[in-house]
Amino acid sequence: MKTWKETATGYIFIGPMMLGVVVLTIIPLIATILLSLVDWNFVSGLNQMKFVGLNNFSRLFNDDTFFTAFKNNILLLIVVPVTMLFSLLIAIVLNKKVFFKDGFKVIYFMPYISSIVAVAAVWRVLMHPTYGPINEFLKSIGMDNPPKWLADSDFALLSVMIIMVWVQIGYNLIIYIAALQNIPKDLYEAADIDGASAWAQFRNVTVPTLSPTSFFLLVTGVISSFKAFDLIAVLTQGGPADSTSVIVYYLYETAFINLRSGYSSAMAVILLAFVLLLTVLQWLGQKKWVNY
Amino acid sequence: MRSDKLSKIVVTIIMGGIGIFFLMPFLWMVSASLKPEMDVFNYPIELIPTTWRAIENYTEVWAGEFSFALYYWNSIKVTLLTTVTSVIVSSMAGYGFSKIAFKGREKTFLVVLITYMVPHQAFLVPQFIMYRWFGLFDMHLGLILLGSFSVIGTFLLRQFFMGIHNEYIESARIDGAGHFRIFFSIAMPLVRPAIATYAILRFIWTWNDYQNPLIFLRSESLFTIQLGIRKFADINGEFYSLIMAGAVSAILPLLIIFIIGQKNVIEGIAAGGVKG
Repeated sequence: MKTWKETATGYIFIGPMMLGVVVLTIIPLIATILLSLVDWNFVSGLNQMKFVGLNNFSRLFNDDTFFTAFKNNILLLIVVPVTMLFSLLIAIVLNKKVFFKDGFKVIYFMPYISSIVAVAAVWRVLMHPTYGPINEFLKSIGMDNPPKWLADSDFALLSVMIIMVWVQIGYNLIIYIAALQNIPKDLYEAADIDGASAWAQFRNVTVPTLSPTSFFLLVTGVISSFKAFDLIAVLTQGGPADSTSVIVYYLYETAFINLRSGYSSAMAVILLAFVLLLTVLQWLGQKKWVNY
Repeated sequence: MRSDKLSKIVVTIIMGGIGIFFLMPFLWMVSASLKPEMDVFNYPIELIPTTWRAIENYTEVWAGEFSFALYYWNSIKVTLLTTVTSVIVSSMAGYGFSKIAFKGREKTFLVVLITYMVPHQAFLVPQFIMYRWFGLFDMHLGLILLGSFSVIGTFLLRQFFMGIHNEYIESARIDGAGHFRIFFSIAMPLVRPAIATYAILRFIWTWNDYQNPLIFLRSESLFTIQLGIRKFADINGEFYSLIMAGAVSAILPLLIIFIIGQKNVIEGIAAGGVKG
């Protein structure tokens, strides 16, 4: 009787959350999988829906734009370890003796809390090919033909990646600093007594003890790199010439501009499968390098 | 001792040098918003304007043909209501998942966690269709609901509720208190700092959100500040001083909230490893 009451109370407490998750996430997710098998445009009513089996998927595998977007997503993954590396280095320095420690934390963290729309507007001007301060600076130090950044299809994705690293360092940094403070001091004292160099201490004490944190940042970083929509949508809209298009942006265009609900749902299914696959692979791979 | 102090100064200077990369775009943005258009691209960069046009620029943004005041009001409304509902929903769920021993708890929690891995865009289309059917499309209520059921908020608050010793709860139960009483009069006050952290984070994320307003709103009278500044930038094309004045206006409330609550935000992120 008592456990029954406890269970009922439990479900009342998690009830609102579960209702939201089921109605706004789980049901739409199942609907996505079903929609990936039809040819349909949501404006035209349910009776226009045509079942096409796996046709959307086979078309997707021959779609060059989708292939480019997919490739760009893979390239964007580089942002994750690069951000982690910079953040770790800055965290180690900030964790040592330095003036204005809290002030630096706030400064490095500012891009992360700033609106992407505003940040994108600033960077677009800073990276302006002819008048932008970045290129003016490069010209003043003797570079005659600085890259055209966002306007050049060879440099656009790199520019986006630079901005992404800039935005995300603050977040990674805060997590690394917290983790560094949890490393027991006697580990370093023992290493000192053994005469280990600073580099050896970094390799053999810092990196292994931080590995669960790095694992966490890697997994969430990879997931969020596939979710990145706002920056691309505001900064480049996938251009020039699809050079910065990513799956979620192409999906958005297909679904909400070209109104092809079925085809975009097939993309969603591939995206979902790929993110799950990467996450599972990282879980399996963690045994090799993560120490708990 | 002296070399200690010296190395501290050197390290501070290096950190400051790196810090310039993070601060410079913001300084440049503020500076450009205070200048006449023709001075924006002067090189070497003039952080302090030689000619000021601050009042004119900001008047044009705030009192020109675009109603930034309206966008602001819409953003404040959506953000505050989302934050409040999300805090209530997430703290209830966080308490339930940590302090009530009900059947199927671990499995349900796992399901909730798995949904965090799914990119929102993977179920955006059916969600959009559903919203049109239910009449929630192009409504602030719809937008507020989208932000109210946060997995990450539930996860974060659950972590903090788990930190409360069970003896507190059990002794209150022996005294005859039900879970609702314990939740409101014991558990919530104990995790107040965590709630402040999550509320600030939810505020920042909702205020900055671009994707949901873009997809779920159509009427310009409902636009949030992020859509507003985007539209403003599209129309004003090359008027960078005005665009920067808009950008400053969009970022400023956040910076204020962040600077007031920075300790909360930074500690909360460190403790829960939260990501929006």
